[in-house]
Amino acid sequence: MSEESAKRLAIIATHGTLDMAYPPFILSTAAVAMEMEAAIFFTFFGLEILKKGKIDKLKVSPVANPAMPMKIPNIIAMLPGMTPLATIMMNSWMRKAKVPKLSELLETALDMGVRLIGCQMTMDVMGVKKEDLIDGIEIGGAATFLEFASQNAITLSF
Amino acid sequence: MSDLKADLTLDNSGLSCPMPIIKTKKAMDGMKVGEILKMIATDPGSVSDIQAWVKKTGQELVGQETEGNKFVFYIRKVK
Repeated sequence: MSEESAKRLAIIATHGTLDMAYPPFILSTAAVAMEMEAAIFFTFFGLEILKKGKIDKLKVSPVANPAMPMKIPNIIAMLPGMTPLATIMMNSWMRKAKVPKLSELLETALDMGVRLIGCQMTMDVMGVKKEDLIDGIEIGGAATFLEFASQNAITLSF
Repeated sequence: MSDLKADLTLDNSGLSCPMPIIKTKKAMDGMKVGEILKMIATDPGSVSDIQAWVKKTGQELVGQETEGNKFVFYIRKVK
C-alpha cells in the first residue's frame, strides 16, 4: 500500500430508493474489507434508508428512468401500480444474481464498523425522531461528515 | 498451481460483489502470517477485485487458476 493511498471512504446518500441505496453499502463494506475506514452520511431522502423496517421496502421508480431493462413510456410508468411492479422486477433480478438484500448489507456494514450517520437537519425537516431510526447509527450534521471526510478520504455522493 | 498447499479453504461460490472480498478479508484476519488461503469464487468480477484487494491490503496473490466456472485464488498472508 503506497503512502498516498486514501485511507477513508466518505459517502453521501441522498436518495431513498432501492437502486440508489445499494452503491453506498456495497462500496463502504468493500472499503472496510480493503482496510479503509468508511462512513455514510444519510441526508434528505437518503434518511429513509435508516428508518426502522424500511430498508427492504425501498422502491425503484420506472418514471424518468430510461435505463430500466423493461422499456415503458413515462405516460404508462406514471400509472398506479407501475412503481411496485418495477420494484418487484428489480428485486427478482437482484435475487437471481445472488446480490445480498439491503438489510443484509446494512447488518454487514454495522458489523464491520462502517459509520452510519443520520442527518439531524433532515430529521428536523421531516419530523423524524431518533427512535424512528435503526439502532447502531450516529446522528450528526455537516461538520460530523466533513471532519471524517477531510482526512485522506475518497468522497462520493449518491 | 494446485500443488500450493492451502491452510484454509473458503468457498464463495454463488456470492456476488462485495461478498467475496468481505469474506476473504474476514478469513485472512483469522490466519497466521505465512499461511495460504484458497478462495473459490464464481463471480467473474472477483478476478479483478482480488488483485485490487491484495494490492491495497499488501497481501500476496501466489496463485490463480480457473476450474470450469470457478475461479480459484491462493493468497498468502504476509502481514
